[in-house]
Amino acid sequence: MSDKPKFAMYWAASCGGCEIAVLNIHEKILDVDANFDIAFWPVAMDAKYKDVEAMEDGSILLTLFNGGIRTEENEHLAKLLRKKSQILVAFGSCAVEGGNPGLANFSTKDQIFETVYSTVSTENPDGVYPQPSFEMPEGTITIPVFEPVLRTLDQVVDVDYYMPGCPPESHQIEAVIDLVIQVLEGKAELPPKGATIGVGPSTCCDECTRTRNVKKIKEFRRIQLVDDIDPDLCLLEQGILCVGPATASGCGAKCPTAGAPCIGCYGPAAGVVDFGARMMTAVASVIDSRDPDEIDRILDGIVDPAGTFYKFNLAHSLLRTGNATWNGK
Amino acid sequence: MAENKERIGVYVCHCGTNIAGVVDVEEVARWAKENLGDQGVVISKDYKFMCSSLGQDMIQADIQKEGLTRVVVAACSPHLHEKTFRVAAERAGLNPYLTELASIREQVSWVHKDKVVATEKSKAVVAGAVSRVVMHEPLEPIIVPIAEPTLVVGGGIAGIQAALEIANAGHPVYLVEREPSIGGHMAQFDKTFPTLDCSACILTPRMSEAGTHPNITLLTYAEVEQVDGFVGNFDVTIRQKARCVDTDACTGCGICEQKCPKKVIDDVFEVGLGYRKAIYTPFDQAVPKYPVIDRENCTYFEKGTCRVCEKFCPTDAINFEQEDEIIEINVGNIILATGYDLFDARRIPQYGYGRLANVFTSLEFERMTNAAGPTSGDILLRDGKTVPKSVGIIHCVGSRDRNYNNYCSAICCMQSLKFAHLVDERTSATVYNFYIDMRTPAKDYDEFYQRVLDEGTLFVRGKVAEVTDAARISGEEGKLIVQVEDTLAGKQRRIPLDMVILSAALEPRHDAYETAHKFGIACSANGWFTEKHPKLDPVATMTEGIFIAGAATGPKDIPASVSQGSAAAARVLSYIERGELALEPVRAMINQEQCSGCRICNDLCPYNAILFHEDQMVSEINQALCQGCGTCVAACPAGAITGTVFSDKQVFAQIDGLLFLEKSALVPEMA
Amino acid sequence: MTKDFEPLIIGFTCNWCSYRAADMAGTARLKYPPNVRLIRLMCSGRIDPSFILKALAGGADGVLITGCHPGECHYLEQNYKALRRVKLLKRTLAPFGINPDRVKLVWASAAEGVKLAREIGVFVEEIRELGPLNWPARSTPEINPVVEEVEEVAG
Repeated sequence: MSDKPKFAMYWAASCGGCEIAVLNIHEKILDVDANFDIAFWPVAMDAKYKDVEAMEDGSILLTLFNGGIRTEENEHLAKLLRKKSQILVAFGSCAVEGGNPGLANFSTKDQIFETVYSTVSTENPDGVYPQPSFEMPEGTITIPVFEPVLRTLDQVVDVDYYMPGCPPESHQIEAVIDLVIQVLEGKAELPPKGATIGVGPSTCCDECTRTRNVKKIKEFRRIQLVDDIDPDLCLLEQGILCVGPATASGCGAKCPTAGAPCIGCYGPAAGVVDFGARMMTAVASVIDSRDPDEIDRILDGIVDPAGTFYKFNLAHSLLRTGNATWNGK
Repeated sequence: MAENKERIGVYVCHCGTNIAGVVDVEEVARWAKENLGDQGVVISKDYKFMCSSLGQDMIQADIQKEGLTRVVVAACSPHLHEKTFRVAAERAGLNPYLTELASIREQVSWVHKDKVVATEKSKAVVAGAVSRVVMHEPLEPIIVPIAEPTLVVGGGIAGIQAALEIANAGHPVYLVEREPSIGGHMAQFDKTFPTLDCSACILTPRMSEAGTHPNITLLTYAEVEQVDGFVGNFDVTIRQKARCVDTDACTGCGICEQKCPKKVIDDVFEVGLGYRKAIYTPFDQAVPKYPVIDRENCTYFEKGTCRVCEKFCPTDAINFEQEDEIIEINVGNIILATGYDLFDARRIPQYGYGRLANVFTSLEFERMTNAAGPTSGDILLRDGKTVPKSVGIIHCVGSRDRNYNNYCSAICCMQSLKFAHLVDERTSATVYNFYIDMRTPAKDYDEFYQRVLDEGTLFVRGKVAEVTDAARISGEEGKLIVQVEDTLAGKQRRIPLDMVILSAALEPRHDAYETAHKFGIACSANGWFTEKHPKLDPVATMTEGIFIAGAATGPKDIPASVSQGSAAAARVLSYIERGELALEPVRAMINQEQCSGCRICNDLCPYNAILFHEDQMVSEINQALCQGCGTCVAACPAGAITGTVFSDKQVFAQIDGLLFLEKSALVPEMA
Repeated sequence: MTKDFEPLIIGFTCNWCSYRAADMAGTARLKYPPNVRLIRLMCSGRIDPSFILKALAGGADGVLITGCHPGECHYLEQNYKALRRVKLLKRTLAPFGINPDRVKLVWASAAEGVKLAREIGVFVEEIRELGPLNWPARSTPEINPVVEEVEEVAG
């Protein structure tokens, strides 16, 4: 092995998109190779956990950790990589704030298993459910235990930096890689610990080119059910629940520009405690009615409020989970 | 949050036995010292009366000797002593906004009985205040200069009084009135209760004084269109409606009015009982003296020919081409004295007004008894010649009635007694008063009631069910029959009468809500303007620099309206004399870098304090306009708006503190 | 099961109406249950769903929001914004398995000390009926029990 600083990337409870996003930086990936020794990156190269366990503590300079913590294995790797890394980055929405997999926190483990192993779309005539350990003639085999809730990386270990996005945009990844290389060369300094990197200072609207007016919402509509969307006008003003106003900037307002509402993958703006609360309060504030019945009628247009406002942020919200997840069996 | 450099002093007040009788104050002080050290509490004491000078001295000494950086006083409501302890802190060199008053009297000792529970709750309240005070920021009051001129809206007696007080003190006043003359409702009355002064005799000198005062700019036939700015610096846009009369040339000779061939029913001043011309002054003593052309009824404006007034005007003052003029003024303070509307008695069909000719409203009767009115002061039936032999006066028409207005209109009892006296004085008619309760509380009012009783007026206590012309028995034919339950006699009565007068309720102006919105003040559910405090600050509003006076704040008689006019003027004068005003620094601010220009907040501010900069696509809050309600802070999706005194951090910290007891109780279970 | 349960309620008040109503309840020595701890805001329009969520997550069993009556807001109409926010928040709470009745909006003017005291009493009983919320975040900033629970499940 060379004496280049070591780089690691790990994939916990997530879809793999973050890995693709890193590969999607094109030639920049060569800079990674030129400047780093890839110590551990299961998607890209073969490595064993025991190899990591054998490393000296702090011997990995930079670890990009994506995915939430859903299983004992995720938790073990999070703790392991924390110990072995100097800089641990929560990379992508799932590691930062739970992401879509975090929405499973509305359901109990039993409910999740039931959905996965016994609903109509599942062929499971014997009703087999995963068991953490199973006796075979050859001996006991185990699989990682599925924990009752999904946690974000920083709910399990200390995190140095946060880089949100589902996945983080390639140009932001490039910029971060450039920065780290410059730091290695002594040309730049790292941001303060705990900083969110690869985002803009404002929210999605800041980068959105649609025309915006004073907001007054009379109805909410689902974008898949309408065909009269003005391509140049703010989607929220057209009753489409775009959560761009509450979502950190940095992606270039990709979704609204393409005609789809922002779904919030870049997470809340700096300093915000609860993403869902911010978006809730914003849209409720501009609903154009004082009549309780009419307000209810307008709110009926928001079909799945919890899922809409916490699409990415549930595991990192103030409540974090549904009630049954904790207090149920 | 872990490293806390603050040094906090906690002071628990006994308030004699008010607090200490229920709360173990010594235990609260001890507990705070022992358990809130991590949060920065270095001193915790209890004392008999924290608000006494000795109590304040103790805090001041600790700030100086112990280097306290934050102070929590657990005592009474902040509405009583927040200022006291802020000032005490300031005297000791601590920024006054680094204090917090925790209410353990109004919210604990006075409302709970159980000592143990009250003591535990006090601890929680103190913990909440301690967590919160850590998040306080040093603040400075916002100083705004006060422009000298004042705008008075409404030229009734309250507005005239306010304008004269300020003008007499030597400061400029703009007096805006939407009718062609000032005078208001008082100009329509004949006599005023209980003194029976001639209304015009006491009002017109005030009107002409206001009309000629060098410090008063009179803008009649004008309305305020827009108000921008804030206390000390309001920019007001006023629409001067076209009079079609050149006021520089007009001498007020009245020839135009005499010669005008077009008669119009006067719905405003004569409440439909009399006529005026298409060019007119509302009444003889009108101020200013200049007439206006009523364009809707003027033959020239209708058909394009006539111009009689123009032909006869000796000074060529008629100008048909005149257009509305927009006048922009800058004032430091505004007084709203926009008065009331009379309840429309048609809304109670069973009383027959509008259907039965000889049912009159109170205002119609006022005009009838007025020597300058349509009957020259004679009390006559609608036919204009018959003197009534019996008259009934019905109280509380549209007041104290859950179908219309719950409130008491305050003036109707006295007004009805006055009517009874006038009928008695001018006719030989029998007079009935139909009342629910007699309300005569002010000076010389009840004496007047006794006098009217002595004059032989009959009083029937009961709410009138119906006024009808359907005779059932002989003696009722051709009469108005009042069907009433006489609750004192305990029986139903039918009383045939020639004339019925309805003492109609006073209601908020039909456009009171729009007016309130224009000036950024609030209305009660009924529509009366809301005072800053109904008892202790009755002429101020929640919006600094906007004051209210007269019946616009609720039904009032003349003395009360005049008092309020003077009171509002006194408040304005104190601002003018000071020259500047220190405003509470409870304000919201937008971080320009964080603001995405999403425009969620743009329409949320009732004071229009939020501006959107199109060029930079960011919003900004005008600090002087902001009143600190915090609605935009709570609405900003980006968390880009912060508010002082009630910031997110402060509220979150207080929640944590209030729940601290329970959290700490759970720790052992956790371990 | 909930016999010994004493609800813990965080109440938000408006500086101009309900906080004064609370003062008035005190001055009049009205008695109401001690389960409510009040926070003063300038206006019910300052109510941020985050505050309510924070209180619930932090151990409160219910949250009471009080403001001026519709049409009587000291800042003209900000209480309508509170109304809309609370309505939307309640809809969002249901999927969390939190009974929306744990959050209640009550109008109380400065003159309505009696009403405020009565409403507090009513709400405390309503929450008592619903039982403790016991939100886990209240006791588990570091989430250690999860691991224990996991082992239990695993075993």
